[in-house]
Amino acid sequence: MSNATQKTATEARAELKSVPHTPGAPKPDAILVVDNIVRDFGGNRAVDVDHVEVQRGVITALIGPNGAGKTTFFNLITGFDQPSSAKKVFGGPSADKAAKWSFNGKLLGNTSAASVAKSGMVRTFQLTKALSRLTVMQNMLLGAKDQRGESFLAAFVKPLWAAQEKANIEKAEDLLKRFKLYEKKDDLAGSLSGGQKKLLEMARALMSDPVMIMLDEPMAGVNPALTQSLLGHIQSLRDEGTTVLFVEHDMHMVRHISDWVVVMAEGRVVAEGPADTVMSDQAVIDAYLGAHHDTDLGDDSLLEEGAMDAPKKEKK
Amino acid sequence: MDMWLKVIYDMSANMILPTTAAFAIAAIGLNVHFGFTGLLNMGQAGFMLIGAYGFAVSTIMGFPFWAATLVTIGAGVLFALLLGIPTLKLRGDYLAIVTIAAAEIVRMVGRASVLNSVTGGSNGLPGETYRNTFSALSPFPDGQTTILWFTFDNTGVNGWFIRIVAWSLVVIFAILVWLLMRSPWGRVIKGIREDEDAVRSLGKNVFAFKMQSLIIGGVLGAIGGMFYVLPTSVQPDALGRNMTFLIWTAMLLGGAATIWGPVLGSILFFALRIFIQGTVDIIVPDAILNTQQTEQFSWIMVGVALMLLVIFRPQGILGDKKELNFNV
Ligand SMILES: Nc1ncnc2c1ncn2[C@@H]1O[C@H](COP(=O)(O)OP(=O)(O)OP(=O)(O)O)[C@@H](O)[C@H]1O
Ligand SMILES: [Mg+2]
Repeated sequence: MSNATQKTATEARAELKSVPHTPGAPKPDAILVVDNIVRDFGGNRAVDVDHVEVQRGVITALIGPNGAGKTTFFNLITGFDQPSSAKKVFGGPSADKAAKWSFNGKLLGNTSAASVAKSGMVRTFQLTKALSRLTVMQNMLLGAKDQRGESFLAAFVKPLWAAQEKANIEKAEDLLKRFKLYEKKDDLAGSLSGGQKKLLEMARALMSDPVMIMLDEPMAGVNPALTQSLLGHIQSLRDEGTTVLFVEHDMHMVRHISDWVVVMAEGRVVAEGPADTVMSDQAVIDAYLGAHHDTDLGDDSLLEEGAMDAPKKEKK
Repeated sequence: MDMWLKVIYDMSANMILPTTAAFAIAAIGLNVHFGFTGLLNMGQAGFMLIGAYGFAVSTIMGFPFWAATLVTIGAGVLFALLLGIPTLKLRGDYLAIVTIAAAEIVRMVGRASVLNSVTGGSNGLPGETYRNTFSALSPFPDGQTTILWFTFDNTGVNGWFIRIVAWSLVVIFAILVWLLMRSPWGRVIKGIREDEDAVRSLGKNVFAFKMQSLIIGGVLGAIGGMFYVLPTSVQPDALGRNMTFLIWTAMLLGGAATIWGPVLGSILFFALRIFIQGTVDIIVPDAILNTQQTEQFSWIMVGVALMLLVIFRPQGILGDKKELNFNV
């Protein structure tokens, strides 16, 4: 947190200018550093990343075709899955080949999903996990961290946690308004539409003021007008010092808000760089389009229909 | 006419039995497990039995009442830890299998003849051997008291004293559960019921919360077991799979995940069975069903009632229909 608040987002982005556009390039101020992370499902190597770094205080997009291993990569670093290359007591890979990743200067190897989240790296899921039989507001309040009322004995004594609860409710109401869910706050989350559940999940993750937020296809199923305003919201998050890493298939969105793009294909990081550069990279085109080499991923005609002109201004 | 009055009297008397209260306490515990946390505990009777043994055996060994009560609670905690540590990290169904098995193990060990001198083997322990420390606490004078149409001893085996204590505990435990469930702690617990990975992703230690829930529900089960055997006797076979099944029925009847559902369910459950039995006894001539057969028949009807309930009102009597619209 400390660094992020000291340095402005603009500075963090400026630092990226000096980073070479090669897979695994070191970042001047990396918040997440991942080494040798491998995940095999039977014979299928879903993730095989030698080295990748994520710059603090910027928006990084993780893109790649279906089945590239993006979600699995998310699961691995957030503690929801264990790498096949993890260090083992007997056998396993040698120390320099073992999976190792650190977040905010802290090694995360054997950390549980809950402590990863507690250390400030909070994720959302590609397949939404709304807590159906809780209300939207209760879903939100669950996101808040360090709640006194969550300890068993304190739970009995409302005065111990009432004030904190009230503050959390206010914060939740603010977020819900921004995500256009305020009217739904007393409805059961199970009654929301698919897109609304996505929004709720993102808003819920933000309740904890994460140091880094990891969004797995946050805009899938969200209508364009709301996407626009949420993109603005994600950018303001970054401007307030939160690091954002997101997976997305929508190239408009990737172009529009990402400061840096990491491309995965068949489990490996195949390219890295700013959006424009990456999208004309041959490896990326191969990965995405296979035989259709003649179509340019960064083709401006793709962008024209979306009224997203802001990024061009920002990038130069 | 007299016969109908007797049915009504029997029903009302059964509703306020101390064993009904004990049953309700165990059902409140199961509701913490299943209704609020989503833990499939299929061995609540095992918690009851371990609590019953804890109290009876330690009292017979000479423990005073409060120490024996602590043993009961401790036994519940220990049993929950023993079951929870290996299984709570796994998916839900494993807990179901382990709890069934563990409850059976407790029962089998309890009735094993090698332990005859401690647990009384399959004969169990008669109530007189451990009841006195509790009766001695009674503030009431000797004699009988009549309230409404009920006349009981003040302190006797099934007297007013144990009824009052047991039903007060039912109310106290229901209120404690209510306090818990309206708190942020309860919110996490209910979140775990819905999707534990989501709760984990929000930085909550799901294992610790599930363990706390398992312990609380288990201790309630143990205390339920203690009050179940105080007016009766410790019979390992009376606290077997059947008992677990009946507690589930009562909880579902009243409404899982509600505060008073398990209590209402327990009361209605016993009343309903007596009602069916009494009615059949009166209406159907002895030549077709004799008294013993009507009892069996009433249990069959309880099973039918459970099926009808699950089909037509799956949320139970007090449950909220709205919540069922999206069962994953
Ligand atoms: N639990 C699992 N068991 C077996 N194979 C799996 C499992 N999870 C993922 N895989 C495999 O790992 C590979 C990567 O899957 P992953 O979900 O990470 O892809 P993705 O990049 O997120 O794709 P998408 O863009 O479609 O979400 C796929 O080939 C998939 O079949
Ligand atoms: Mg995915």
